[in-house]
Amino acid sequence: MIVEATGLHKAFGSTKVLDGVDLHVAEGTVFALLGPNGAGKTTTIRILTTLSRPDLGSVRIAGYDVVREATKVRGVISLTGQSVALDDQQTGRENLVMIGRLMHLGRPAARRRATDLLERFDLVDAMKRRVKTYSGGMRRRLDLAMSLVSQPRVIFLDEPTTGLDPSSRTTMWDAIKDLVSSGTTIVLTTQYLEEADRLADRIVLINGGKVAASGTTDALKSQVGGDRLDLRFAVEADVARAVALFDAPRGTDPLVLGIPSDGSADHLHRVLDDLRIAGVPVVKVSSHRPTLDDVFLSLTTTDRTPVQV
Amino acid sequence: MTTTAVHGGARNAVSDSLTMIGRSIRLSRRNVDTLVMSIVLPLLMMSLFVYVFGGAINTGTQYINYVVPGIILLCTGYGAASTAMSVADDMTSGMIDRLRSLPIRSSAVLTGHVVASVARNLLSTTVVIGAAIAMGFRPNATVTDWVLAAGLLLLYVLALSWLAAGLGVIAKSVESASTLSFLMLFLPYLSSAFVPTNTMPSFLHAVSENQPITPVIETVRGLLTGTPIGNTGWIALAWCVGLLTCSFTFAAWLFRRRTHG
Ligand SMILES: Nc1ncnc2c1ncn2[C@@H]1O[C@H](COP(=O)(O)OP(=O)(O)OP(=O)(O)O)[C@@H](O)[C@H]1O
Ligand SMILES: [Mg+2]
Repeated sequence: MIVEATGLHKAFGSTKVLDGVDLHVAEGTVFALLGPNGAGKTTTIRILTTLSRPDLGSVRIAGYDVVREATKVRGVISLTGQSVALDDQQTGRENLVMIGRLMHLGRPAARRRATDLLERFDLVDAMKRRVKTYSGGMRRRLDLAMSLVSQPRVIFLDEPTTGLDPSSRTTMWDAIKDLVSSGTTIVLTTQYLEEADRLADRIVLINGGKVAASGTTDALKSQVGGDRLDLRFAVEADVARAVALFDAPRGTDPLVLGIPSDGSADHLHRVLDDLRIAGVPVVKVSSHRPTLDDVFLSLTTTDRTPVQV
Repeated sequence: MTTTAVHGGARNAVSDSLTMIGRSIRLSRRNVDTLVMSIVLPLLMMSLFVYVFGGAINTGTQYINYVVPGIILLCTGYGAASTAMSVADDMTSGMIDRLRSLPIRSSAVLTGHVVASVARNLLSTTVVIGAAIAMGFRPNATVTDWVLAAGLLLLYVLALSWLAAGLGVIAKSVESASTLSFLMLFLPYLSSAFVPTNTMPSFLHAVSENQPITPVIETVRGLLTGTPIGNTGWIALAWCVGLLTCSFTFAAWLFRRRTHG
């Protein structure tokens, strides 16, 4: 395990943000940290990257302790924070060379590395322009490039694609996949479940300061159940009668009832027949495959009955 | 595909500081508005004092000979305010996190700002002295006097720059950094910079006699124009060394506190 965090606690004043979080990331994989706003994702990333100390618990990155051996940890990681960290008054190239120098590459090596990265992130045309003239997508790309100057073993990305258009997002995803295929470990946080679904080998969902769920995307999806039929009714009285008929729990929408299904046409026929015989008019039927959104909603919303199999 | 760079050690500490100094100087050069203002404002002030107020202020000499040291210290205050603002900008943007996640001594970022601040002051002081000479300033200093005056001013600028860096570290925003450094712009007016302190009411007289700017100005004025110095030179030196020690310690301590959460 290249990242091993055990029993992380962190409070700001009387606000408990992390209340015993464990994380384990295998080398060469993509790990996604999910959670609603304010769940403590950024706080966790800051602890893992030596910027903040945990109140309790310990973290080892590539075998080094983040508190006692911070400099060694910093030598093997890189961080792209939630807000873009670039000097607006320097050019893209100057920003990259500066990081290269701070990573103790010689001047020629730092320049070569900057050129490579500018090519890779399609910023060659803009490299001599000051960053203040860059678009949001160009900034995000340069920000990621800044993280790659030192060829780190573990890259931490805090919401790398927030605010990007779909095509820039795809570019970013491709860059991340390239990194993984060359053996780099990625730890990212995201608000987009699709992103976690596409990229991550393992997901941890934190909520209320604790790990609410963890596992592969498939395992998490199966945790919220298999396929489902969503039946929409015109009035709530009909929903109540259908609940009695199928013995299924109500969801958040008072006019919709979700019932477990194997996804077959046969099952759909039977359901519709049952409804017709009981004389309950159904307005609309849709079949539903579970997504990470279901996992997210069912685990982070307290007033919602969890979806059962 | 792996880096073989070694991190830590004295050599890297020096090279990190140089990199950060290069960065801060580049940023200063490109921040044209601030740079121009830091030169134009003292020039305007000097013209104002020499041509508008100067005739009514009796200092026993040509007023321009009296006022130049004060204008130089006024520039320093202005320069310090912009130093505090650029430090605060780094501390409140994501930049400080990026720098701290690198295997460097992150206080090099402060060193960079302070050295750039000294360089900006050097520039504005040179311009002010040049302009003053054009306006009739006639120093009668020897080379040794110039060197001593420059050395004292350098100490003073360093002390003020570290103080400004410290204020930039505690400021919650760039705006509050500029507010915090207001005092540095204000202090020269409560000194012998523009009028002899014995013209002030007794309370202000006491304040201005016992603040660092008055002895520094009196010493520089004495060295450049031959007014009596007495023991003010030593008092000025003591103030500058003391101030530098305190402000450096203060800035370093605040930086460590602010960045160890
Ligand atoms: N330095 C701090 N001082 C006080 N409270 C803080 C501090 N940093 C974070 N918090 C609080 O800790 C909680 C978690 O914040 P954090 O930034 O880790 O959330 P997040 O999961 O990254 O949220 P988002 O998705 O909005 O980025 C929030 O309630 C936040 O207000
Ligand atoms: Mg966050």
